Amino acid sequence: MTDIAPPAPPVRIDSPTRRIAKEFLEDPVAVVGLALFILVALIAIAAPWIAPQNPYDLAQLNIMDSALPPGETSFGTDMTYWLGTDQQGRDMLSAIMYGLRISLMVALVSLALAITIGTIVGVSAAYFGGRLDSFIMRIVDLQLSFPAILIALILLALLGRGVDKVILALVIVQWAYYARTVRSSAIVERRKDYIDAARCLALSDRRIMFRHLLPNCVPPLIVVATVQIAQAIALEATLSFLGVGVPITEPSLGLLIANGYDYLLSGSYWISLFPGIALVVTIIAINLVGDRLRDVLNPRLQK
Amino acid sequence: MIVYLVRRLGQSLLAVMAMAVLVFLGVYFIGNPVDVLINPEATQADILATTERLGLDKPLYQQFGIFIWNALQGDLGTSFVYGRPALDIILDRLPATMELALVALALSVGIGIPLGVWAGLRPHSIAGRTIMGGSILGFSLPNFWQGMLLILVFAVLLGWLPAGGRGETTEFLGMQVSFLTWDGLTHLILPAINLALFKMSLIIRLARANTREVCLQDYVKFARAKGLSGRRVVLVHVLKNIMIPVVTIIGLELGSMVAFAIVTETVFAWPGMGKLLIDSINLLDRPVIVAYLMLTVLIIVGINLLVDVIYSLLDPRIRLSEMKG
Amino acid sequence: MNRLLDVKNLQTHFFTRDGVAKAVDGVSFSLERGQILGLVGESGSGKSVTGFSILGLVDPPGRVTGGQILFDGDDLIAGGEPMLRQLRGKRIAMIFQDPMMTLNPVLRIDTQMIETVRAHDKVSKAEALARCREALVQVGISSPDERLQSYPHQFSGGMRQRVAIAIALLHKPDLIIADEPTTALDVTIQAQILSEVQALCARSGTSLIWITHDLAVVSGLADRLAVMYAGRIIEEGPTAQIIANPRHPYTRGLIDSVPQGKRHGAMLTQIRGMTPSLLNLPDGCKFAPRCPRADAACRVEPSLDPAGADRHVRCHHPHCDADGKALS
Repeated sequence: MTDIAPPAPPVRIDSPTRRIAKEFLEDPVAVVGLALFILVALIAIAAPWIAPQNPYDLAQLNIMDSALPPGETSFGTDMTYWLGTDQQGRDMLSAIMYGLRISLMVALVSLALAITIGTIVGVSAAYFGGRLDSFIMRIVDLQLSFPAILIALILLALLGRGVDKVILALVIVQWAYYARTVRSSAIVERRKDYIDAARCLALSDRRIMFRHLLPNCVPPLIVVATVQIAQAIALEATLSFLGVGVPITEPSLGLLIANGYDYLLSGSYWISLFPGIALVVTIIAINLVGDRLRDVLNPRLQK
Repeated sequence: MIVYLVRRLGQSLLAVMAMAVLVFLGVYFIGNPVDVLINPEATQADILATTERLGLDKPLYQQFGIFIWNALQGDLGTSFVYGRPALDIILDRLPATMELALVALALSVGIGIPLGVWAGLRPHSIAGRTIMGGSILGFSLPNFWQGMLLILVFAVLLGWLPAGGRGETTEFLGMQVSFLTWDGLTHLILPAINLALFKMSLIIRLARANTREVCLQDYVKFARAKGLSGRRVVLVHVLKNIMIPVVTIIGLELGSMVAFAIVTETVFAWPGMGKLLIDSINLLDRPVIVAYLMLTVLIIVGINLLVDVIYSLLDPRIRLSEMKG
Repeated sequence: MNRLLDVKNLQTHFFTRDGVAKAVDGVSFSLERGQILGLVGESGSGKSVTGFSILGLVDPPGRVTGGQILFDGDDLIAGGEPMLRQLRGKRIAMIFQDPMMTLNPVLRIDTQMIETVRAHDKVSKAEALARCREALVQVGISSPDERLQSYPHQFSGGMRQRVAIAIALLHKPDLIIADEPTTALDVTIQAQILSEVQALCARSGTSLIWITHDLAVVSGLADRLAVMYAGRIIEEGPTAQIIANPRHPYTRGLIDSVPQGKRHGAMLTQIRGMTPSLLNLPDGCKFAPRCPRADAACRVEPSLDPAGADRHVRCHHPHCDADGKALS
């Protein structure tokens, strides 16, 4: 019997990004999460153009429309308040769109800053090792042994309210997570031979750190970031709810919830409830995406 | 063991000192300590007196020495609002917070571990999936929002439970507590559940993951092969193994519970030290803030220390290696 | 008197996402009282799953889907969990492969032994402890009192396996299922444990199923051998006869791949190829793709047929005929 081997089928080797995208899309729940998050992000970006009114232009507010339940029509114009109004007669739908904008902005900016700082510190600690490493890790451990909310609260109590101050507090709270994550994966890479090879080529420290060590730290960094961004949004909302976060002139979702909280007991539930739902949908969407990304990126689970 | 304890104690002291330095720098360095620590309505004479007492005219390291010295003697400043030592005011509020945190801890452990083990034993059952789904919600929804929903449902819509306050208290071991009176208990339920939910979710996930892992171990199969009842296998062989990571988390989380109580106390107007902190921040009563911070740091570090000791008692392997090392 | 154990057409399947893996597919064998059976096969052949099936300890997604397991006349599959629980540890004991993993790391030895005694006999703690002490002495552990107070991690591997054996002996069971109990141990310890188990079983009349991949270990121990391949028994009979005159090409391959010592420098023969995946078994004889004797007839699965006195083989082209005459 003579078998002629059939020609081997062409093997397409997917790039890692492609493989991750493909595996990610296999989970319908994660896809829904991603779609929701994109929707939320688009609303936040486009808020000034798509919101029915500018909730912070006092000229557009009508005090006669104060605390209308959802679906009521304005007394002055024929505008319908689909989600009701607050005490100042502000359209809650618009307020939520603007609030989303601030919540996401604060979270994303602090995320970007914290990742940058954490990465630089983490890679440096892993690359230079020794005293610098143990000094940095001591600080990280110390900070992580205290609850994030406590540290943020104290910072803001000392600094005062303000969007910039909230961002600063979130960065200070979060950088340590990234530093620890980056360091632990960088230190594994650091011990591999190719780093020694790179050193023999007399590449600069900076080049080795960022061109060779860093790319290997990206997957765990993404995993931590997906957890942290949801945490950052929740933390900002909590701080604003407590009255130490963003100022009343730039209310985030948390502050909207706090403003409506006083009216919750008297039955005007919508002022607090709808911003809360917007907040929760955002956080859940991010968590769904994050859960799946974690599975897809986790090398231990890869077949 | 003693060597281990001493070393661990040293680490804890270091952590407290580090935080003290940070608090000191925060108060004395970032802002003007005169503004921070002296009542804005104080007279010029008061300002001079306090400046002298705190040594604000002295170099920074001496000021730090005075700060530490005063702190060690329990002097963390005088409240602007109440005109009493800040530490006393906080200690007055401490029992309320501790009661809330401990009841919440008991709830999260008492409910979280059984649910987590259950979900771990039957990960694919409907109950198991429901428990996990619920824990994801408990995990991702902001604490204050959960509290608001609890109030909305149980206080506003159903009217079963009060929305805030502490209710009637009674004396227990020299402290005022709520849980021994019916009125107090009804006031305690919602805030305690609120504070417990997040930790409960954490414990459920942890207990579930560990149960699944332990159940795959040969020693569980061997225990069954010995003819033990399913109950004994789960309650002794599985539970004792998952308790090690769970106790660690519980301990670490007890500290954060004191911090998270800030949120719950604000939502439910629970007169604990967390509510006091927020009120003090709004009233700019900075000595109280400083005192709160130092006390909380002390509590958290103390709890972490305690957990490590319990941990080493629970796991014979750790105990041995630490004793050797 | 009936046989101690009669396994008939046992089916244990694993329902995985990628399909049904028939880990045990129609296994039948029997065991007399006091007899030692060696269950031999490569990993993945279904020998361990067979052992676990008898005790009802197959973990999901695995399940016993068919057949009969008659233990002293009682059908264990029909009897289900309540019956099995009465038997486990009491009349059927098991010893596992890796002694590092079988003892619970956070419980003291005395806890783990006493609970075994008290799972079946309602006796006082002191009495249970006395029995534990006795069992430890029996397996050659000196100063049992001190050992009882220890945790597993304070023991060596061999010592732990002795403790596991002592636990298995606590109720003087009728049957012990030993799942590769010596593979994780040093060679010298292996030999010690082996001879001790043999002696203990002989003394108490306990039957033994010794599951192993190592033909050399079991050939000196077992009265009978059953060789498993891909979830089936492919050859079965008295040990001496099988070792001397293997009929199935796979058994022959197993025996030939044991280093013989006397033929110094001779090449070891090996079985070519690899164990097939249980999810993707060939039609017909499962061994055919690796078999030097396979031909067109092997596209039909052979049955386990009598091959001489007290012997069975599942092969169209056995090495010897029923009378032991060599066939080409």
